[in-house]
Amino acid sequence: MANLTMIQAITEALDQEMARDEKVLVFGEDVGKNGGVFRATQGLFDKYGEDRVNDTPLAESGIGGMAFGLAVQGFRPVMEIQFFGFVFEVMDSIVGQMARTRYRTGGKLNLPAVVRSPFGGGVHTPEMHADSLEGLMAQSPGLKVVIPSNPYDAKGLLTSAIRDEDPVVFLEHMKLYRSFRDEVPEEQYTVPLGKAAVAKEGSDVTIVAYGYMVREALKAAEQLEKDNVSAEVIDLRTVSPVDYETIVKSVEKTGRMVMVQEAQRQAGVGNTVISEVSQRAILSLEAPIGFVAAPDTVYPFGQIENTWLPNAKDITAAVKEAAEF
Amino acid sequence: MAKQPVDYEALLSSLEASFPMVQILDKDGNVVNNDIMPDLSDDELVELMTRMVWSRVLHDRSMALARQGRLGFYAPTMGQEASQLASHFAFKKQDWLYPGYRDIPQLIQHGLSVSQAFLWSRGHVEGNNYPEDLHAMAPQIIIGAQYIQAMGNAVGQKLAGKEDEVTFTYTGDGGSSQGDVYEGMNFAGRYKAPIVFFIQNNGYAISTPREKQSAANTLAQKAAAAGIPGIQVDGMDPLAVYAVTKQAREWAASGNGPVLIETITSRFGPHSTSGDDPTRYREQESFDYWEQRDPLIRFRNFLKEKGLWSDEKEEELIGKTKEEIKQAAKEADQAPKMKVSEFLKNMHGEPGQNILEQIEKYEAKESK
Repeated sequence: MANLTMIQAITEALDQEMARDEKVLVFGEDVGKNGGVFRATQGLFDKYGEDRVNDTPLAESGIGGMAFGLAVQGFRPVMEIQFFGFVFEVMDSIVGQMARTRYRTGGKLNLPAVVRSPFGGGVHTPEMHADSLEGLMAQSPGLKVVIPSNPYDAKGLLTSAIRDEDPVVFLEHMKLYRSFRDEVPEEQYTVPLGKAAVAKEGSDVTIVAYGYMVREALKAAEQLEKDNVSAEVIDLRTVSPVDYETIVKSVEKTGRMVMVQEAQRQAGVGNTVISEVSQRAILSLEAPIGFVAAPDTVYPFGQIENTWLPNAKDITAAVKEAAEF
Repeated sequence: MAKQPVDYEALLSSLEASFPMVQILDKDGNVVNNDIMPDLSDDELVELMTRMVWSRVLHDRSMALARQGRLGFYAPTMGQEASQLASHFAFKKQDWLYPGYRDIPQLIQHGLSVSQAFLWSRGHVEGNNYPEDLHAMAPQIIIGAQYIQAMGNAVGQKLAGKEDEVTFTYTGDGGSSQGDVYEGMNFAGRYKAPIVFFIQNNGYAISTPREKQSAANTLAQKAAAAGIPGIQVDGMDPLAVYAVTKQAREWAASGNGPVLIETITSRFGPHSTSGDDPTRYREQESFDYWEQRDPLIRFRNFLKEKGLWSDEKEEELIGKTKEEIKQAAKEADQAPKMKVSEFLKNMHGEPGQNILEQIEKYEAKESK
C-alpha cells in the first residue's frame, strides 16, 4: 500500500498496464518528455520510449483519428485530450467513429481506445477548460463514460478501461488530482466498469453523485449526521452505462433520493438517472427526487465560479428537503 | 520608395511551377512522355483496361438498379475510372484501404464482393462484414475523416514493423478543404507513416466548383505545408496515375513517409442517386470537354494501337460483367432480415444493464 494522490494513481495505472501489455500506447499533447500538463504521464517517456509515449502535433481531431487507426492495427491506444473542453475538436472521432465501430461492422471490429481527459470546475482555469461535458458522451451509444472520485478507484477503473474491448472516455476531475491521498495497493487490480459503489452507508436519504461531487456529498453527509439525518452516498463511477441496480436497491431502503452533479441542470446524466429511478422505484419513493446541479448558464467566469458550482451546503439543503417532505 | 521585403507574385508563381501535372497519354491515347512509361506487361495493361471497363459497367448497372429502387445510396463513378482503378492497381493485397463513399470500385478490387457492396448501399450490416483478409475499412461518410484514421493505421503499421505494407486513402476536391485532411497529412509527415493520400479532384463537391474550395492553384500543393511530396497527375490518364502511384507507394513503403497525389478528373454524372441534377450547376461545355477526355477512350486507343484490345473483346467483357452484377444483386436479395436485438448485442463486448434489459425486450418482440 502506498499513499497516493489521484494523479499518482493514474500514472501508476498507465505505467503498470504499459509494462503488462506492449500494445498499450500513450499519446497526446505534451505527454512525452514533459509528462503531461498535470504530470499524469510523468516518467513514461523515459521508461517506454518515444514509440509508445509520444507528443502529437497540436490537433485533437488528428489525435482521435490516430487512436482509431492504431486500434484497427491491434494496438490499445490511450489518447489524452489536454482539457476536456477541447473535445469538440475531436467529437467525430470519438462519437461518430469509435463509438459506432462495433455496431457498424456487425461485431466484427471492436475499438479498444481510451480517451483520458481532465475536466471539472473550481481550479480557476481559463474558459473552455472546466466544463462538465460527460452528458454529451453519455448520450452517445457505444461509449462507456467513467469518472473516478478517488485515487483507489482511479487506478482500478483506468486499468479496466485500458483492458476493455470498447472505447472508454475516462474523465479526471482536476480538483481531485492532488486534493487528497488514498491507500492504493502497489499491485495491479481492476475496479469494474458500469458498477456504482456505496461510498457511505445510510438509511434516510440516498445521495447519488459522481466525480468531485462525491466529495461534496460525503461532506454533506457528515454534516447531516450531526442533524440526525442518515444519508447513503452512492458514487456512480461510470455514468454510462449507469448501474441502476445499486441505486434502486438503496432507494428501496431509504425511500428518498437526491441526485447531485456539477454539470448544468438541463438534459445530462442527472436527469437520466432521475427519470430511470422514477420509473423503476416509484412505489418506494416517499418524496420527490431532489436535484442539485449547476445553473443553465455557460461555464462561468473564474471570479464567480465558486458561487456557481454546487457544494455540500446545497446538497445538505436538498437532502433535508427530501427528508422532511 | 523602399523595396518590399518579399516579392509575393514571384512566391506564388514559384509555388504554381512546383506542382506540374504529370501526363503520359494525351486525350487521344498518344504517348507524350515515354520517359516515365511504367513497366507494365501486356497482360497487366489488359488487366488494367479490364478493370476500368468493369468499373464503367458497375457504374451503369448501379445507376439502373438505383432507379429501380434496388440500391440505396450510390455515388456515381463514371469518368473517374483511371483515377480510381489505375491508382488502386499500384497497391498490393496487404495494403490497407480507407475509402470515401465514392470509392466502391477500389474496395471491390481490393476484395469486397459486389453483393456486399450492394448490401452496404442498401443499408444492411452484412455489407460491412468484411472477410479477415480484406484490409479495408467500410466507406467513410464524414468527408475527410478517413484521412486521420488512415494516418493512424499507417502509424500502426510502422510501429508493428510491417514490411512492404502501406495505407492508402481517398477524398475529393471538396474533402481537401476539411481540417482532418491537413491533420492527417501533417501527422503522417511527423510520424513518417507509410501512407499515400489521394485527392480525386473531379471539379465539384456536389455542386460547389473546385475554385470555390480554395485559392490554392493546385490541391497537390497542400502537401507542402505538411512537408511531404505533393504530386498533380492527369487523372484521366491511367498510365500516369499508375506511374505516380507506384512511385509514391515505393517511397512510403521504403520508410520515407507519406505522399499526396491529386488526380485531375471528372465525374460525368450527378453527385449521387439522391436526386442531384448536375445541369443546375454545370454547363454543357464542361460535360463535352471532359467526355472528350474519357479515360476509356484514350486507353482503348493506346491498347488497340498495340494490338492488345478490340471492340469484340470489350463487348464480351461488358456482357460478362453485367451478368456478374445481376447475380450479385440477386445474392444481396438473400441477406437475412436484421434484428434490433442482434444490434444491441453489438454495441459493447460486455453490455451494461440498459443494453441487457433492452436485449430481453427486443428478443421477446422479435421472436413473435
